[in-house]
Amino acid sequence: MTRKPYRILIAKPGLDGHDRGAKVIAKALRDGGFEVIYTGLRQTPEMIVEAALQEDVQAIGLSILSGAHMTLVPRIMELLRQQGLGDVLVFVGGIIPDEDIPMLLELGVRGVFGPGTPTDRVVAFIRQELAAQESQWTSC
Amino acid sequence: MDELLKEAFAGRRRAIARLISLLEDDEPSAREALARLYLRAGQARIVGVTGPPGSGKSTLILQMAREYRRHGLTVGIIAVDPTSPFSGGALLGDRIRMQALSADPGVFLRSMASRGSLGGLARAVSKVVWALDACGYRRILVETVGTGQAEVDIARLAHTTVVIQVPGLGDDIQALKAGILEIADIVVVNKADLPGAERALSVLRTMLSLSSCPSSGWQPPLLETVAITSEGVSGLIGAVERHMAYLSQSGRLRAREQMRVLGELEEILREELFRRARARWGEARYCQIVQRLMAHQLDPYTAVEELLKDEA
Repeated sequence: MTRKPYRILIAKPGLDGHDRGAKVIAKALRDGGFEVIYTGLRQTPEMIVEAALQEDVQAIGLSILSGAHMTLVPRIMELLRQQGLGDVLVFVGGIIPDEDIPMLLELGVRGVFGPGTPTDRVVAFIRQELAAQESQWTSC
Repeated sequence: MDELLKEAFAGRRRAIARLISLLEDDEPSAREALARLYLRAGQARIVGVTGPPGSGKSTLILQMAREYRRHGLTVGIIAVDPTSPFSGGALLGDRIRMQALSADPGVFLRSMASRGSLGGLARAVSKVVWALDACGYRRILVETVGTGQAEVDIARLAHTTVVIQVPGLGDDIQALKAGILEIADIVVVNKADLPGAERALSVLRTMLSLSSCPSSGWQPPLLETVAITSEGVSGLIGAVERHMAYLSQSGRLRAREQMRVLGELEEILREELFRRARARWGEARYCQIVQRLMAHQLDPYTAVEELLKDEA
């Protein structure tokens, strides 16, 4: 292992009833060499951002099934900025209608993954984005 | 680094988190920080909490933290989980039970992966303990899974080690390495409301009386808790604090500190001495020695004498 593992927070904001999808992604990321901090169901935006802060993660994956992404995501992005965590890469998965994707990307979300996206594609994409950001910094 | 340390000492959690990452990643800039952290550390009391998966450690730690907070003490929690030897990744799920604490600015919770080197784990954890100590957290709870040597190592850096068991393990408790009980300053049967609790208590009582050490002056109490209702938790905190008082009053604290300091110093010395010597010998010479050993042309003891002869 040439570099230290990336740390990623997988969180489920809002009132989703189950976390099967989030667990699948969490395990895939673990198998992909990530250190995954998994926080479980029913997280408030404040809890998620505080966890991201204390755990000093490079990325956050939000899993949202409830349809409340248009309220939850902006709130989370705002809190991240307030806490000086604007550099943390944010990805969203779950039930996200296509027409909402551009808005999420505009808010700063780096990738949106619908149900059925192969996990290795998600893992590869996240790793790619993190590596790109890292090389941006080291080339200063 | 100066800026970062200043912020961390002022209690800014983002800075503390960044600092912990630098220490965990063993970044070169961390060396300078370590020196300053160590000088500032020493006020915190460290509690190791260990036990098998499913024993309810995280919930119990949550309740312990709450109880400490009720007494006005700030709490740092380090939750260690194993790194997968295959992928190098880890699933750090202790936060699931403890997320309720994230709203409390007096609690700092950090999940750590073992990152493969069990021996190095205790050292990595101890650096993070120094950081939390130096940044003002007065009680630091270190949670580990309790499967082996790593736990024994971590127990050395804790002032008080709490070992958790659960009913239903039956005769498996016998299989519970005497090693784990030996490091226990306090033994807890959690989920004590479950059937089998009496049996678990009785087995543990027997094992504890067999391994008791009359000269040490501290008889590990056997406690019952039901973490999800927080039943027994204030009794547990009471026992922890009593143990810490015992350590100070009996002089054991100093003796343990000395042992810990010596152990740590020697470990780092050994590594550094070897690293430097190896750099002096050079890879080629070293590989040559290995080849000769493999061919049984040379035995390891003579090999070491040869290598060290050059050092003189």
